[in-house]
Amino acid sequence: MSLRIQNDHARFKDIVRGKIKQNLKSYIKKGELIGKQGKDTITIPVPRIELPHFKFGGKSQGGVGQGDGQPGDPVDGDPQDGDGSGKAGENAGEHGLDVELTLDELADMLGEELQLPRILPKGAELVTERIKYTGINTVGPESLKHFKRTYKQALRRQIAVGTYDPKNPVIVPIREDRRYRTWRIDQKPQANAVIIYMMDVSGSMGDEQKEIVRITSFWLDAWLRRNYDGLQSRYIIHDAVAKEVDKDTFFHTRESGGTMISSAYRLCADIIDKDYPVANWNIYPFHFSDGDNWSIDDTRTCLGLLRDRLLPVSNQFAYGQVESPYGSGQFIKDLAEQLGKDEKVTLTEIKDKDGIYASIKDFLGRGR
Amino acid sequence: MPKKLSPEYRDMQQRIEEVAKSMGLDMFDTFYEMLDYDEINMVASYMGFPVRYPHWKWGMEYERMSKSYEYGLHKIYEMVINNDPCYAYLLESNAPVDQKLVMCHVCGHNDFFKNNFTFQHTNRKMIDEMANHATRIRRYIDWFGVDVVESFVDRCLSIDNLIDVDSPYIVRKRKEAEAETSEPPDRKRELGLLPNTKEYMERYINPDAFVASQRKKLEDEAKRQKKFPAEPERDVMRFLMEHAPLERWQVDVMDMLREEAYYFAPQGMTKIMNEGWASYWHCKLMTEKVMDSSEVIDFADKNSGVMSTSRQQLNPYALGLALYRDIEDRWNRGRFGKEWNECDDMAERRRWDKQTGQGRDKIFQVRQIYSDVTFLDEFFTVDFCREQGFFAYEYDRKKRTFLIDTREFETVKKKLLQQLTNFGQPLIAVLDANFENRAELLLEHTHEGVDLDGQYTHETLRNVQAIWTRPVHLITRVDERKVLYSCDGNGLTEKTIS
Repeated sequence: MSLRIQNDHARFKDIVRGKIKQNLKSYIKKGELIGKQGKDTITIPVPRIELPHFKFGGKSQGGVGQGDGQPGDPVDGDPQDGDGSGKAGENAGEHGLDVELTLDELADMLGEELQLPRILPKGAELVTERIKYTGINTVGPESLKHFKRTYKQALRRQIAVGTYDPKNPVIVPIREDRRYRTWRIDQKPQANAVIIYMMDVSGSMGDEQKEIVRITSFWLDAWLRRNYDGLQSRYIIHDAVAKEVDKDTFFHTRESGGTMISSAYRLCADIIDKDYPVANWNIYPFHFSDGDNWSIDDTRTCLGLLRDRLLPVSNQFAYGQVESPYGSGQFIKDLAEQLGKDEKVTLTEIKDKDGIYASIKDFLGRGR
Repeated sequence: MPKKLSPEYRDMQQRIEEVAKSMGLDMFDTFYEMLDYDEINMVASYMGFPVRYPHWKWGMEYERMSKSYEYGLHKIYEMVINNDPCYAYLLESNAPVDQKLVMCHVCGHNDFFKNNFTFQHTNRKMIDEMANHATRIRRYIDWFGVDVVESFVDRCLSIDNLIDVDSPYIVRKRKEAEAETSEPPDRKRELGLLPNTKEYMERYINPDAFVASQRKKLEDEAKRQKKFPAEPERDVMRFLMEHAPLERWQVDVMDMLREEAYYFAPQGMTKIMNEGWASYWHCKLMTEKVMDSSEVIDFADKNSGVMSTSRQQLNPYALGLALYRDIEDRWNRGRFGKEWNECDDMAERRRWDKQTGQGRDKIFQVRQIYSDVTFLDEFFTVDFCREQGFFAYEYDRKKRTFLIDTREFETVKKKLLQQLTNFGQPLIAVLDANFENRAELLLEHTHEGVDLDGQYTHETLRNVQAIWTRPVHLITRVDERKVLYSCDGNGLTEKTIS
C-alpha cells in the first residue's frame, strides 16, 4: 500500500539530490567521501535542509535543567527526552542529514553535472545467457515438476468428476494433472571493460599527488562502472621498473628512484595481450604521473609503445599529469606534440584538488 | 489502512471515558484509530492530520521519524488532535497496557483542548479545514507549477512564527479607518482646553504651559498617525498579507498558512500545562481505577520513561505533572494566600495544614485560565524549585560546554519564563513600512537578553524581502551593540547604529 506521504517524501529526496548535485563540485574533491563507501552505497553528509526562522542563538540562551550538580559542573549526559510520546518535530537533531546513495546514482549525477556522453560500447556480439522460469507446461522433466500446481489440478479434476470427499481429502494426481515449469533463455548483450590504472610512484610523487590520483580514479571508476556491467580494474605502479599490484598497494605505496614510463606501458600492453582480447573488451589504460620521465630516449620508447601496441587496442588512452614541485612536467608536452591529434588520446593536467573536476570532464567527455 | 478499534478496545475506551467523566473531566467525543508504525509516522509527520498540503517538509520529517524508529531510538505512543470530535491514534503494535495508558492520557489532552482558554479561538473542525487547505494549494500547484508555489510556501513558512500569539482571537481583517468628518476642527476642544468666556481669565484657566503641553501631545498624536503602521505590528504575517504586493493566490496561501500557525500556537503556549495535565490524569486514572494488578510493572516502566528528567532539557510531562500535584497539595492544605506567604516560621510552615481540601477544584480552575507563562509565573515557587532540583545553565566559551550556572531561585525562574515568553520565539514586529521614506520595511526585534541566531536571521530576512520586494531591515542587538541588518534582495549588510 502506498501512503500519501510518499509524494512528499519523494519531493524531499529530490531536494536532497538537488543539494548534492549543487555541491557535487565540492564533494568531488573531498577524499573522505571515498572512505564512506559501503558495498554498493555511499553515504554523503548533506547540510541540514530546513526552513529558516528568526530564532534565538542556541548557545547564548543557556537553559534550565533538573538534577544533581554544583554550580560550575558541566551539564553533560545525553539529552534524553521523555519516552517519545511527543508531538512531531520537537527536538529535531542539530546536525546534517546522512544521505545514502548508490554508486550508480552518484555516477548519474556526475554524468548529468558534467554532461558526460554515454559510452557506446563495442564487443556487443558477446552475449550472456540467463535461464528464466517463465511458465507452466503439461510436459517436462520430473525434476521440474510443480507440486502445488499439480495437486491443485488434481483437486480440480476430482471435484469436477465427483471423486473428492472433503471428509477424507485424498488427492491422487494422474498423468494429465502433472504440471512442469518451463523456461526461457534470456540473451543479454554484454560489454566487457577493463581499466588499467598506471601510476608513477617515483620519489617526486608526494602524498598530495597520490591523493589526487586516488580521488580522480574513484570517479572515473564510478562512471565507467555505471556504463559497463562487470568492469574490471588492474593496477600498475612504476618507477624505473613496473609491477602489477592490488588496489590497496596502488594507492598507498611510496617508492623512490627514477622514472621509466615505458616500463609501465610495456607491462600494460603485456597484460592486455594476455588477458583481454581486443574483440571482446573495451580497454581503458589510464596513466598518472608528474610528467618527469628519465630520459628523452625513454619518452621515445613510450611513444612507440603507445602507437604500436596500446592505442590500436584501446578505446581511449588517458594521461593525467599531476603537478608536483619536483617534476619538470615535460612528458605531457611530448605526448601532445606527437599524439595530440589522435582522437584516442586524452591529456589533462591536474594542478590541485580543485582541478579534479575539470580533468574528470576531460577524461570522460568524449564518450568513448 | 487505519482501522477502527476492536471490540475489546472499544470497551476499554468506554470504561476509561466513563471513569474520567465521573472524576470531572469534560471532553469532546473521541475517535481512536489503529495505525501501524508506517502510518503513525506519516500522520505524525503531518502533525496529526491525515491530509495536509503537499510539501517536502513532511517528507523530511517522515524520513527522520522512520529512520529513528528503525534504529529503535524513538517510538510514537500516541497522538491526539484538537478537533471536535477529537481524533487520536494508537500504535497497533503496542501492548494493551500501553493502549490503556494512552487512552487515559488522551482523556487529559481532550479535556484540556476543550477547556483551556488559549484554545477557545481554535477551529474545532480543523481536520476539514486542513483538507480544504490541501485542496486549494494543490489547485494552485496545478495552475502555477510546483516550483513557484512551493517556493512561496517556503517563504511563508519561514515567517510563520511571526504572529501575534497573545491576541485573544485571530484578527481576520484590518479595522477600516474612521470615516472623515465634514465638521471643521474645533481647535480649542481638540487641545482639551477648559471652557472660558472671560478673556482676562484665560491665562489662569488655561495657562501657557498647559496649552503648550497639550499642543505637543496633539502633535505627537498626529505624527503617530502619520506613521504606518501606527503601532508596531506583531502579526507580521498579516501585515505582509495585506500590504505586500502579492498575487491573489499568494494572499490566499499566506492566509491559510497563517490560519494554521494560529491553530498550532496554543499548543506551543501550553506545552507544559497540557502534557502535565494529561500525565496527571493518566497516572490518576490508571492507578486508581483502570489498571489491572497484572499491569503494574509495565505501567510503572512506561510511566517512568515518560517522566524521566534530564539535566539538559526540561521534560514538560514531568514538570507539568509535578506542578499540578504541588498545586493540588497546597490548596488541599491551605498553603496559599496572605497568611501562608507571610509566615516565615519554618517549623510552622512544615506543619501547615488547614484542611481546606480545595485542591481538585483549584487544578481544574488552573487548567482553564492559565497558559505556560502565567502558570509558571504563579506556581513555580521557591519551595518547588528547591524540591525538584532545578538549576540554570550557561554556555562556557572557554570550556566549550554548558556549565551549571546557579541554583538560585530568581535566576532559574527568570530563565524559565524567558524561554516560555512568546512561546519561546523572539518578539519581532513591523515598526515602519515606509522606512527612510522609501517604502522599505523595518522590523524590530525586542531584545530580551538573548541574541538572534545570525545565520537564520540572514536567511529569514531574505525570505521576508522576497515577499515584500522592497528592501527589508531588522533592528536587533548583537553582543550589546544595536545592529541594523539590511537586505535588498542581493546581499545583506550589517551596521552598528547608536
